[in-house]
Amino acid sequence: MKPHAEMVHWMFATGLLLLGLTLLAEAVVGQEVWRKRRWRTYLWPGLAFGMGVLMWPVMAFFTNSAIHMYAHGSWAEVLMLAGGAELGLVHGRLTSRWWRLTMPIAFVVTGTAFLVHEQNTWYFARSAFLHHLLGWTFLGAAVIPLALVFRPRAMGVQSAFALTFVVLAAMLYCDRDVAPVFGHLSPLAGIPHR
Amino acid sequence: MSTSHVRQLPATRVRRDRRAQAISLLGPLTVAAGLIWAIAQPYRLTILHPHGQGFWWLVTEPPLLVVAAGLVFAFVVARPLLVDLEEHRETAR
Repeated sequence: MKPHAEMVHWMFATGLLLLGLTLLAEAVVGQEVWRKRRWRTYLWPGLAFGMGVLMWPVMAFFTNSAIHMYAHGSWAEVLMLAGGAELGLVHGRLTSRWWRLTMPIAFVVTGTAFLVHEQNTWYFARSAFLHHLLGWTFLGAAVIPLALVFRPRAMGVQSAFALTFVVLAAMLYCDRDVAPVFGHLSPLAGIPHR
Repeated sequence: MSTSHVRQLPATRVRRDRRAQAISLLGPLTVAAGLIWAIAQPYRLTILHPHGQGFWWLVTEPPLLVVAAGLVFAFVVARPLLVDLEEHRETAR
């Protein structure tokens, strides 16, 4: 009764999409309006932290090799760290802006984990292609949260940060367990199901 | 019917704030994206042929997840945010 791996990817894509939309809304209205309601302040950091927590059962039940387990475990850790640091910052428990470095670190760790745990080439299957694409996107996009450490109120950077999550969500939605990518599908990948 | 009241409304109140417009569009645009995807790839919707499908195939249908995300955002985040944005504009005036 376990969902397929692709379904878990789609559920996390939905979380990322909500995260992106929330961040985009915050970027559009500005922090002053956004923080008028207390619960809203905790919304996206809580979402990020929650996704980190949910990554643990994914690590426990959906990984079929040590390298997959390490990758998912590291995502759980860095998501919880980045979300938790942001929760501390918005609550006022943490004051140093350097805590925001946890987000670019999370991006770099996530991107590296994607690239390292994908053992197949780009055109092996769609999932392999998306793992490479997601990995390089995370690594490249790490400069955006890094810029936010120094320019936290820059609307352009905030919007770019939000849209990064929307793009990442779109990539995760495209994932299938076994499916061709641009007409390529290795016979070793298996037989596509519905 | 007289329309004099409408004519007397200040232009700033009639013209909606661009930020408010952007916020109110985010949810519907996301829902529209999900619906367009559903129309473009109907085979991704298990609900159209549910017979014999398992629980997870019926629950996780990507286009419907996008629609759900748009609806959640529109009702949970955007709606109260628009109220706060309007209040902020009133106090700033």
